Amino acid sequence: MAGKQATQAGSVKLKAIGFGVLSVALYGALFVFEDDLLAASTGGGWAFVVPVVVAFVFSYIHGAFTGHFWDALGIQAKK
Amino acid sequence: MEMEAINFVDLELVHVLYLFVVGFVGGLVSGFIGSGGAFVLTPAMMSMGVPGIVAVASNICHKFPKALVGAIKRARYGQVDWKLGLIMGVSAEVGMLVGANVQQHIKQTFGDVGSSLYVSVAFVIVLAIVGGYVLYDAWKLHREGNADKDEEAGRLARWVQSVHIPGTMMHFKSINARVSVLFTIPMGFATGMLAATIAVGGFIGVPSMMYVLGVPSLMASATELVIAFVMGLGGTIKFAWGGYVDIRLAMIILAGSLFGIQLGAIGTTYVKPYMIKVVMGTIMAMVLVSRALVLPVYLGQLEVIERLSETTETVLSRISFLVMIAALVVGAGIVLWALWHGRRAHLRQHAAMEEAIASD
Repeated sequence: MAGKQATQAGSVKLKAIGFGVLSVALYGALFVFEDDLLAASTGGGWAFVVPVVVAFVFSYIHGAFTGHFWDALGIQAKK
Repeated sequence: MEMEAINFVDLELVHVLYLFVVGFVGGLVSGFIGSGGAFVLTPAMMSMGVPGIVAVASNICHKFPKALVGAIKRARYGQVDWKLGLIMGVSAEVGMLVGANVQQHIKQTFGDVGSSLYVSVAFVIVLAIVGGYVLYDAWKLHREGNADKDEEAGRLARWVQSVHIPGTMMHFKSINARVSVLFTIPMGFATGMLAATIAVGGFIGVPSMMYVLGVPSLMASATELVIAFVMGLGGTIKFAWGGYVDIRLAMIILAGSLFGIQLGAIGTTYVKPYMIKVVMGTIMAMVLVSRALVLPVYLGQLEVIERLSETTETVLSRISFLVMIAALVVGAGIVLWALWHGRRAHLRQHAAMEEAIASD
């Protein structure tokens, strides 16, 4: 029982670190390519797809990271 | 929307940290009450030198992914009525478009001051009526000692659920009853109108689901996140079509707000449902004070009343902004306090149960 719990906790931490690295990489790319990204997303018309897709990608990666982050800290929903 | 030269600000570290923190606090409140965390972001961005339309566009672009993450999280706790959220979301989208056109018309006719006055009057009227009732209801539940009981549909909701209009009836799991969409459509429309006017549709959306349909407060606040997602996506497309979204600002706010929305959502599993009403009512009352403070400024500028001195106008505007920030901070503080207390009580109970099992 205790062993299973420890494995689960380890897996949560691993997921938090994995998604955390991906999230940092995404934000790093946002800052490195900020001018290109801004130019691509503010063209108007069909360029609306760029900010929408960027927002979905960030929400998936950073959303998963933040969820696992609180889990890893032991702050979980009441079961 | 006509394309025009837009000035996108250079990002400084202090701006990034500021938006991250405001995003976190706003996300915390939104995760808990479904809405209400974003109203300080537009003025916060404008104070950094971001043009008004870019601030509005970037705010809305962070809202839809935030609401999506929050809705998915709270759906895991069984709190989301997706069908009701999507149906109200579509009518809210229409309400938002109409609201934006009304706003534009007022701006063209009465100028910037007229537009600000319209927004403030909308704030004051809605917050006074709806916010006042939400606070009164929370206080009544607390006073009567009913805070622990399951919420029951009120008289209005029972009547709405009893009305049968052929061809318009739809079953919603949150109330386990069939309701005519002729009730939900105006509710969604009003939510969208308010979102276009004061950036927080949830101040109508959540109370209307609670009091008109009889949706329990936890489910109403969670379902509001679905409405916010639909409205936010539509609003983002509209503004991005005109080239107004600063994706950098939106994603920085999102960085903080996703930490907040996850924590706010977790908080809902530890609290008594009436806490949703306490937080929402408190924020609404404080924002009401904030907006009421600037009414004389706009009325003076439009020469409806005698114009105030420049110093008085500046002081009132600053106090108003500070009260608005305080509203968000107080709301977030109650959420954190409720989460901490609820979690501590739960852990104690859990430990006592384990001890009892071990001693058997």
